[in-house]
Amino acid sequence: MAEITLSQLAHSYQAQPSGEADYAIRRMDHVWEEGGAYALLGPSGCGKSTLLNIISGLLAPSSGEVLFNGRRVNELPPEERNIAQVFQFPVVYDTMTVYDNLAFPLRNVKTPEETVRQRVMEVADSLDLVAQLDRKARNLTADEKQKVSMGRGLVRDDVTAILFDEPLTVIDPQLKFKLRRKLKEIHQRFAVTMIYVTHDQLEASTFADRIAVMYDGQIVQFGTPQELFERPTHTFVGYFIGSPGMNFMSMALQGEGADGEEGDELVADGQSLVLSQAWQQAVRKALAQTDNVKLGIRPEFVELAVEMVDEEGDDRVEAFLTMVVEHSQDLGTYAIFTLQRDDLRLKARVEEGHPLPFDVAPGTEVRVRFPAQRFGLYVDEYRWEVEA
Amino acid sequence: MNKVRNNRAWWLILPMLALVAFSAIIPLMTVVNYSVQDVFDPHTRFFTGTEWFVQMLNDPSLQAALLRQFGFSLTILAIEVPLGIGIALLMPKRGWQASAVLILVTLPLLIPWNVVGSIWQIFTRGDIGLMGWSLREVGYAYNITSSPLDAWLTIVLMDVWHWTSLIALLCYSGLRAIPEAYYQAARIDRASRWAIFRYIQLPKLTNVLVIGVLLRFMHSFMIYAEPFVLTGGGPGNSTTFLSQSLAVMATAQFDVGPAAAFSLIYFLIILLVCWVFYTLIMNMQKDRVPGGDHG
Repeated sequence: MAEITLSQLAHSYQAQPSGEADYAIRRMDHVWEEGGAYALLGPSGCGKSTLLNIISGLLAPSSGEVLFNGRRVNELPPEERNIAQVFQFPVVYDTMTVYDNLAFPLRNVKTPEETVRQRVMEVADSLDLVAQLDRKARNLTADEKQKVSMGRGLVRDDVTAILFDEPLTVIDPQLKFKLRRKLKEIHQRFAVTMIYVTHDQLEASTFADRIAVMYDGQIVQFGTPQELFERPTHTFVGYFIGSPGMNFMSMALQGEGADGEEGDELVADGQSLVLSQAWQQAVRKALAQTDNVKLGIRPEFVELAVEMVDEEGDDRVEAFLTMVVEHSQDLGTYAIFTLQRDDLRLKARVEEGHPLPFDVAPGTEVRVRFPAQRFGLYVDEYRWEVEA
Repeated sequence: MNKVRNNRAWWLILPMLALVAFSAIIPLMTVVNYSVQDVFDPHTRFFTGTEWFVQMLNDPSLQAALLRQFGFSLTILAIEVPLGIGIALLMPKRGWQASAVLILVTLPLLIPWNVVGSIWQIFTRGDIGLMGWSLREVGYAYNITSSPLDAWLTIVLMDVWHWTSLIALLCYSGLRAIPEAYYQAARIDRASRWAIFRYIQLPKLTNVLVIGVLLRFMHSFMIYAEPFVLTGGGPGNSTTFLSQSLAVMATAQFDVGPAAAFSLIYFLIILLVCWVFYTLIMNMQKDRVPGGDHG
């Protein structure tokens, strides 16, 4: 087991990368602490698998260092890094039995047969493979094959880390749930560092203690599922985590002269917003630096009311808007409303028991309120903290 | 839905039936016909029953030819299969080198059988042949017309030269079809180069190798033109294989009855060997009986 450090790491699949766009992994620093259960979450093609292959040594990074416990391992091939990796599609050794498949990584390093048997039985037991031990791997179903692949990763008890590259893609939803629990159990039992690549936020948050969200070749945020939900540090995290993702409103100054002087009106996607002094200052400061300023709020925190109640002096309420329901989507225990006013579009989540019915008629006018502490200010896509 | 019963649909297979009848069944039946008769001239014939079969099976020269034939086929398989796999493993995987090597490897396959025989006939001559001359120059009294061993080795060498490419090409295509993930998993599992070959590459090559071995077995078991041109079956009978014995019997001696009986035996041997081989390989891939040695 070890702490895995990525230092100034970058990778391009091209021999002569000419610009940022040629990099699959853009320059990054990151530390995976010893014994943690981590998820690497991001959309397809963001560089997750590339990063995993660099850690395991299947791929040599274009620049930067990979360190295990502070020791540079760039030059070590995978077989010497002592890392286990499970791939997206099952890889089994066809002609071997399930038992021999599981024993393979141990026998390759001349482990005594007694230890091999003990480890194999242990892993087979936790993956429900005992009944299949004598079968040839080629005759298994896709599910079983993937369990064998995972088993080969888990059977080694001395590994630096176990890397999972979307291992449950080919598995039925029912079994997926079970296997995720199994992995979690195994992690708790052996406390081995696990990095789990996925594009499914649910999978990531049920498996991992901390999630690294990857976007466009970089880790944009590393935190607990709650942190990712409540304080996304990048607009991508806000958009990618949560269902639906965060609402973002582009902020701009409007009015005569539009030159940033006091008195000019702040607008969100063309709608004037009433903001507190602190927020107004923060947004104006940001706008003085760049045009790319956004206010973000999760659909869960957008409050709706039918009546126009102007609660003067309520500092919880930061901004009001009157919007029109464009359509609503009934999801059983809650509904997602799409609200619209001119160019501004927002999604709001409405829970059961709300005065508004889930099947509210399109065109209904509603009053929208944004609680201040739920706002996020994003300047050039990154979060700015605002003292309210 | 009601299933429509219409027996006229059987007529649809008539064209296929006619084609197979003309190309296989009828010619084979004429052979069966001759094999049970003694034909003197178009008007005189006697029914002989199994006599020709018994005679052929007991003929010492044919038994010797059959043994030689098996010896030859097994020898060339034992050389060509490992060699072909080895060449396939060494062939470059991409780039212009891959194309160049592919063409070079394919070349011997494009040469007709009796041309191969002629090439080697000249190649092995002691006076003008490169190989024959060189061997003599280094002091070995190489002569395929007098030494059975030289003749035998030369024919084996010729066949290896001509046909190893087939195994190599089949294996090359089989190797290219193995997904990269298998090699990655093997590296992660710390497998040795030998283990990768034994547990990934060889199993993935099983299917192409079955085809390759069957083709090479059938081909070599029926070999005719090359030894006929190179050695004419000699010296003595040392390189006379089954086809040649048959050809002599049927076309030179006009013993159509025994030749027909012999053809059928020949055909059945090939069929039997292929079937046994194929069944064995396919059985290897099945699970053993449950309740093995791990508990």
